[in-house]
Amino acid sequence: MENSMDRFAGRLFGSTVSYIRRFLFRVLSVGPIPNHIAFILDGNRRYAKKWNLGEGMGHRAGFLALMSIMKYCYELGVKYVTIYAFSIDNFKRRPEEVQYVMDMMLEKIEGLLKEESIVNQYGVRVYFVGNLKLLNENVRMAAEKAMKAASNNSRSVILICVAYTSTDEIVHAAQESCEEKWTEIQSLTDARNCEIIEEKREGSNVIKLADIERHMYMGVAPDPDILVRTSGETRLSNFLLWQTSNCLLYSPRALWPEIGLRHLVWAVLNFQRIYPYLEKRRKNI
Amino acid sequence: MGSNGPIIACFSGLASLLKLRLAATSNADGGKYPGGLKRELMPKHVAIIMDGNRRWAKNRGLPVQLGHKAGEEVMKRIAIKCSQLGVKVLTVFAFSTENWLRPQEEVGFLMKLFEQVIQTDFNELTRHDMQISIIGDKSRLPKSLQSLITTAEESSKSNKGMRLFVALNYSGRYDITQATKKIASKVRDGILSAQDIDEGSFDQHLETSQIDFPNPDLLIRTSGELRLSNFMLWQLAYTELLFVQKLFPEFNEGDLLEAFRSFQQRQRRYGGV
Repeated sequence: MENSMDRFAGRLFGSTVSYIRRFLFRVLSVGPIPNHIAFILDGNRRYAKKWNLGEGMGHRAGFLALMSIMKYCYELGVKYVTIYAFSIDNFKRRPEEVQYVMDMMLEKIEGLLKEESIVNQYGVRVYFVGNLKLLNENVRMAAEKAMKAASNNSRSVILICVAYTSTDEIVHAAQESCEEKWTEIQSLTDARNCEIIEEKREGSNVIKLADIERHMYMGVAPDPDILVRTSGETRLSNFLLWQTSNCLLYSPRALWPEIGLRHLVWAVLNFQRIYPYLEKRRKNI
Repeated sequence: MGSNGPIIACFSGLASLLKLRLAATSNADGGKYPGGLKRELMPKHVAIIMDGNRRWAKNRGLPVQLGHKAGEEVMKRIAIKCSQLGVKVLTVFAFSTENWLRPQEEVGFLMKLFEQVIQTDFNELTRHDMQISIIGDKSRLPKSLQSLITTAEESSKSNKGMRLFVALNYSGRYDITQATKKIASKVRDGILSAQDIDEGSFDQHLETSQIDFPNPDLLIRTSGELRLSNFMLWQLAYTELLFVQKLFPEFNEGDLLEAFRSFQQRQRRYGGV
């Protein structure tokens, strides 16, 4: 009898909180809502130390926080969420930690494919962004399978950056641009009419900004409107350097597993404050 | 954010003041490194986004041009202070590729101001043995300014002191794009193969190449805005970012020391341990 009362009370409480949150989001939506928010998930290990947990537990707590934040973002109407899950620099960490994170990623990626996962609940399209060749075979294949399985979803998008650094992304984009131009020039050289070819060669010789952008891993999404880095560190750590040129940077002191609704609301309010300036710039350019 | 916020801020403010006083008394380099700064933790390369000149002028009911003039004075003082503190490289964001969209009179005034700065302020800066370079797309600047730049760079080339980079008609995306074009030309001419392009290739072709500390350790942006505004994007990969509320003309040497103190307390891990 008491158990069912507890359960009922729990459900009622949960529904009330959810109702208040949805109301809060309605109020926020009176102003502009960011289209794309990026997160640097910093502070899992410090969280584990703080609560005397094993280091792996910190990452697991971080995963739970990620699920909540994703849910809040999609409920609010943010279409794109990008997360810095694993940097190429993180391969330098202790092998046991790297292995633990890889195993956890494999487990969570396989979880994404399940019926009740957040991906299906919110119609989320999944992209794994980065130099995927650097990952283990099984993690890479699971990632590719997940991307394929969710490819018909279109309500929202999650971009998971693994084996990623921005400088690696730019180098890769430069390589691809060069190879594309080279192929173009070759094909022009093979054609018949020499005069026209010479002109076209001169024009197409030049690599433009648009060429580089096209070949970026992150080319599937617009630039982020807000970049959130938790744990109070204020640096980019080689994340989205190109894409955050005009994005709002927000660095709350909370460690990643401690991130909550209030941080998201604060970030959105700040975004709404500077929105008129950003719009003016966008119209001018 | 919570109601404890101000109280906590108060306590941590008092705590850091106390720490500074203790540090100052025990600092052997007291004279050169005031206020508890440690020599070994000084940033080698500092970058500054000098934001807030126009707002400063508007707040005082002055024309925007006077805001820029006030900013010019501050830039000079800050450059000299950095040089005295042993900073090896200072990069300042004077004019972005996107600033051409500002009103024509303001842009015209700024171009004239830059010429004046080169003719007068740079003399004072080179007397502090600074080596001055202008980074950015110089081809779009007025011809008179371009020739002044060439002369100033030539005459300070052999100085051995702090390197001062003034970013004029510069942006991070412009820098990466021009480096890519240079790399692409080398690929086209067979000097380099596309497969050999790596991060080192970019380090060598960006406008901040050829120096010992091309990447800033610390970026300071004044006026409280929390964004990079397309400044040095590649080079800022691991830079500690510091956002200061004050408008640039209000930024003084004390604020600079405070910024360095804040920098010295940060823990940089570069993604590893």
